[in-house]
Amino acid sequence: MAERSFDGEVQLLRSGAGSTLQVEGILAVTKALLQSGVAYVGGYQGAPISHLMDVLGDAREILGELDVYFENSASEATAAAMLAASVHYPLRGAVTFKSTVGLNVASDALANLASGGVQGGALIILGEDYGEGSSIMQERSHAFAMKSQMWLLDPRPNVSAIVDAVETGFELSEASSTPVMLDLRLRSCHLHGSFVAKDNRRPPMTVKDAIEHPTRDPSRIVLPPASFLHEREKVEDRWPAAVRFIRERGLNEVIAGDHGDVGIITQGGLYNTLNRSLELLGCSDAFGRSDVPLYVMNVTYPVVDEEILDFCAGKRAVLLVEEGQPDYIEQNLNAILRRAGVTTALHGKDLLPVAGEYTSAAVTRGVAAFLRRYLPDAIEHEPALLRDAEDPASPFASPVAADAVLPRPPGLCTGCPERPIFSGLKLAERETGAHHVSADIGCHLFSTVAPFHLGATTMGYGLGSAGAAALNSKDADRRTIAVMGDGGFWHNGLTSGVGNAVFNENDQLLVVVDNAYSAATGGQDVLSSQAQTPNRSTQHPIEKAARGVGVEWARTIDDTYDVGAVRDSFVEALTTDEPGPKLLVMQSECQLNRQRRVKPEMRAALKEGKRVVRERFGVDAETCTGDHACIRISGCPSLSIKSNPDPLRTDPVATVLDSCVGCGVCGTNAHAAVLCPSFYRTDVVQNPTRRDRMLARLRAWWIKVASRGIERRAARFEVS
Amino acid sequence: MSSWSEGRRPLTLAILALGGEGGGVLADWIVATAERAGHHAQTTSVAGVAQRTGATVYYVELFPSQPSAESPTADARAPVRDEPVMGVFPTPGEVDVVIASELMECGRAVQRGFSTADRTTLITSTNRVYSIDEKVAMGDGRVDDAALLDAARNASKRLVAADFMQLAEQAGSVISASLFGGLAGSGALPFAREQFEASIRVSGKAVDASLAAFAAGFEAATADATPSPSSSAAKLIELPIAPGAASSRSTEERKAHEEAERTAIAATDPASLVGPELRDLAERVGDLPPAARSTILHGLVRTAVYQDHAYAERYLERVARFADVDPERAGDARLTREAARHVALWMCYQDTIQVATQKVRRKRMERIRDESHVRPGQLVQVREFLHPQAEEIVDTMPTWLGGRLARSRAFERVVHAATHRGMILNTSSVVGYTLLTTMARARPLRPRSVRFVREQAAIERWLALALDVARTDAALACEIVECQRVLKGYGSTYAHGGESFATLMDAADALVGAEAAATRMADLRDAALADEDGAALRTKIHDTGAAESPWRSPASPT
Repeated sequence: MAERSFDGEVQLLRSGAGSTLQVEGILAVTKALLQSGVAYVGGYQGAPISHLMDVLGDAREILGELDVYFENSASEATAAAMLAASVHYPLRGAVTFKSTVGLNVASDALANLASGGVQGGALIILGEDYGEGSSIMQERSHAFAMKSQMWLLDPRPNVSAIVDAVETGFELSEASSTPVMLDLRLRSCHLHGSFVAKDNRRPPMTVKDAIEHPTRDPSRIVLPPASFLHEREKVEDRWPAAVRFIRERGLNEVIAGDHGDVGIITQGGLYNTLNRSLELLGCSDAFGRSDVPLYVMNVTYPVVDEEILDFCAGKRAVLLVEEGQPDYIEQNLNAILRRAGVTTALHGKDLLPVAGEYTSAAVTRGVAAFLRRYLPDAIEHEPALLRDAEDPASPFASPVAADAVLPRPPGLCTGCPERPIFSGLKLAERETGAHHVSADIGCHLFSTVAPFHLGATTMGYGLGSAGAAALNSKDADRRTIAVMGDGGFWHNGLTSGVGNAVFNENDQLLVVVDNAYSAATGGQDVLSSQAQTPNRSTQHPIEKAARGVGVEWARTIDDTYDVGAVRDSFVEALTTDEPGPKLLVMQSECQLNRQRRVKPEMRAALKEGKRVVRERFGVDAETCTGDHACIRISGCPSLSIKSNPDPLRTDPVATVLDSCVGCGVCGTNAHAAVLCPSFYRTDVVQNPTRRDRMLARLRAWWIKVASRGIERRAARFEVS
Repeated sequence: MSSWSEGRRPLTLAILALGGEGGGVLADWIVATAERAGHHAQTTSVAGVAQRTGATVYYVELFPSQPSAESPTADARAPVRDEPVMGVFPTPGEVDVVIASELMECGRAVQRGFSTADRTTLITSTNRVYSIDEKVAMGDGRVDDAALLDAARNASKRLVAADFMQLAEQAGSVISASLFGGLAGSGALPFAREQFEASIRVSGKAVDASLAAFAAGFEAATADATPSPSSSAAKLIELPIAPGAASSRSTEERKAHEEAERTAIAATDPASLVGPELRDLAERVGDLPPAARSTILHGLVRTAVYQDHAYAERYLERVARFADVDPERAGDARLTREAARHVALWMCYQDTIQVATQKVRRKRMERIRDESHVRPGQLVQVREFLHPQAEEIVDTMPTWLGGRLARSRAFERVVHAATHRGMILNTSSVVGYTLLTTMARARPLRPRSVRFVREQAAIERWLALALDVARTDAALACEIVECQRVLKGYGSTYAHGGESFATLMDAADALVGAEAAATRMADLRDAALADEDGAALRTKIHDTGAAESPWRSPASPT
């Protein structure tokens, strides 16, 4: 069950020609795929294209009507390999994943695909996770396009432009027998805008047609001597074909300006930001009428030499706006200009930041520097952000002290079942000493930050176990701990990690966090999910899979909220003499998903008048001494602090917020860590039964009687 | 041509929200409202990992529809785009409306240059959702709310500050709805109230609750409740934190207010601030510094309820010793005040009897009902998470027995077996309540207990040192008194506090007569509260050297 349902929105996918759709970027992409007559779609979820996979999943019915095959791939490599269907058949296929991490995983398959080339259009939709809010290493997809020779589209952040890019992408792919990558930048994926729809097209050839009429062409297989021919084909046939298509269709745009002797070249994805910078400087308007000539590269690879030379002809200087590093395009342009003997000065990362996101402020500063040097008169307006930070009129002359605004690192959600795992590990380490912890990708990576501070490296999705491979010694007095999520386990951890550890007799303790979903990417189902889902086979236990590849010592803890049991199983796994990898599967349902599942059920039960118990935790402010040890071992968003109500004390006391879901970790932590007696749980019984009510009356009477003496004595000293 | 600076530009809005607060819903409502009014609208966001408790920025641009003869300044050139080119980043200094769902996020918006005095309507909720750094501090790690609010005032053309979280809660809705009302009420967008409300109706989810929260937010923005930039003295704004907890500032203000009132009463009628059996002692407070009387009366009640009248008298006698040497008797009387506070806190150390008493008090049970939002017809049960340790049980025994048991391995094993997994006690049940009240009634046994004897000896040593120092350096004495603050927590946290306290007392001995001794003492205490393993304190104290001292004798709490 995914984080967000698109059941309502997907109905828009049925819209016919001429209707205007006001939608989010990812929905527009899906619609564009259907309009393009795509025959099959696959992919692996991950921000920022998780929702694209969810949309496709929710659109299963519509895809079925059009005979479009869809699957949730096991990994990006699986998704990329799926495009093999377009090698011998004129089938249009699209896959999607997060970049650059997805490209890393998929690159073997993509390199093979690009070598042999494709017959049907093959489109790889990249959710580019770069810049603010990114959760991955900052690299560029551009390198993959160059090394395997695949074309890279980088459309303007505009829903219509993105839809066009999907449709043209297939055509470009077919015209040049080359896979095409479509870069959807982070902000473009979450972009809301409108476009005019076309009718959906049933693929002219379906997957079924292809299966029933198998064909093969050995010259497309990557095996010598064909592979040597592929390389020549790439440069002699496919590249020129692509350039021809790009020029004929005018995929890159030239916007003529008044000042013909300078110009700016930009990646399509940065066009809006560049135009905004020009607007701020008084050199363009909201409808793109730029005074400065622009060349917009909606295709960033291949670079079309002739277009570059045409644009630079007669220009004193040109500025290239290229985000990220290395400066691949800048190097490319320099080579083109140099080879042609063009003297136009090329600026780029000398005036713009070498690294980091090209925000509106960064681009404005760079463009201003360029124009001041070559076209000072063109600047009609100096936006405030160009002022010196010391200037009181600068927006950065911040009246906020730096230490008044503290960071908010990502953390585990309220009630997260992974929190008690790390609380338990911290407690176990009090007995066993500290260990090297090899972390993995997933929510559990938040254990590396406050308050747990566990985990030393993260080498990639599903590589937690492999990341601990070298730290294996028969002479060491302790073993290394590796962590993996269920998502990573099925993505590749089972083979690259577990199988490897078994084969090499690694002594590590592997913890697999099994929260029943690929939770970090938005709650998609995986093989070990507990849910019964139509069209997918689930409920395959992780422990069974690990035992299947040879793990002997394996335990599944099916309630991670029992911190004491978690701690004890850690101690046992860290001290047992059993050789080979030790596996602990820590199993409890992702709380975000659980709440989505349980809340409606509870509401329904309440409505029917059934007895429902609502649990939440609390802290006695009188008993709490304000040391916050409980917070340091938990970090739950619902466990917070408040001013001390006691007139004699000043340090804030712990408090439980209304967002508490009553997961019980506060209580079990208090027990397992022997924290303090301040925690209590309140059970509010809604729709109580007759027995409940009678018992409550009896108890109320007894409490009244039993407390009388204590209250009477206190009243002698206290003011009423 | 400078179309932007002449106003042919979109309206720009940045929304800063925390995960799960509905920032996306708010952005969608704004877009829907604008689109129905014929505007061109675009929204984008950067969620990423921020969806898990982090902060997210949503950015919206709204471009008014173009009259048929577009371009009033008649640009001869044809437009390059047939729809406006919208930005995907808020540009510092160019944002018309900033909406922040929390006060520190408002500070972040200001820091990033989104909210500026020349342009921005800043709509912020004044509630606090504390960051992890603020929460994990051993002492008080909270940032200054007032500074954040001042910054908001200085960095906005118009500030709408109200507790939108509370407004939403009261309406049974979420903060996105009340902030949407605040936006409508601010008049920053060219749409009528009905146009905003229509977007909520169209969305079709929890419409009534959302509309109620919207109305509350609308009123907050229109009722001129916001302090104007000129009057930086500002009227008090309640700053509650997230629902379920009282405000930081409002609690502090309430406490300050109550103390002021009590101080006034204590000057004329101190006996009215205590129960009937403490009146004789309360009258004696009249001889003590006026500024400290309210605190001393608190301490009297606290110690008497904790033990008995004689114990309260002992407390009074201890505080009076400080009053005698207080150089500011007639004025601020800081030494006496701090002594009154910390002596009371130490004398009422948290043992099992005290915890049991706190658990069974009627006002506690009432408070729990309140905070669990129990509606009529619903029942409440309260379960305690207790885990008595062998040493805690020994501590409550009479010295002759406790000493023997403390050495008994068998006893330790029995207790460990019974309690190491902890016990969950249903206080609202007959058995649970009886157990706890029985424990509370063991109070008369306390003065003979192991811990009582130990604590009183430690208190006396601490007081003797502070009083001795007070004769030459009252400021240092005051800091020594305040070191009681590190004695907190239970179990290992408490043991660590005891360690830190011993180290601090050693340092105090060494600091007597030194230059800026008081400041250095305060620094050391802050270091003791900086971390859990005492590393910061050890580093600070490095050159002082830790000699054998009475503070490290068996008397140090375990």
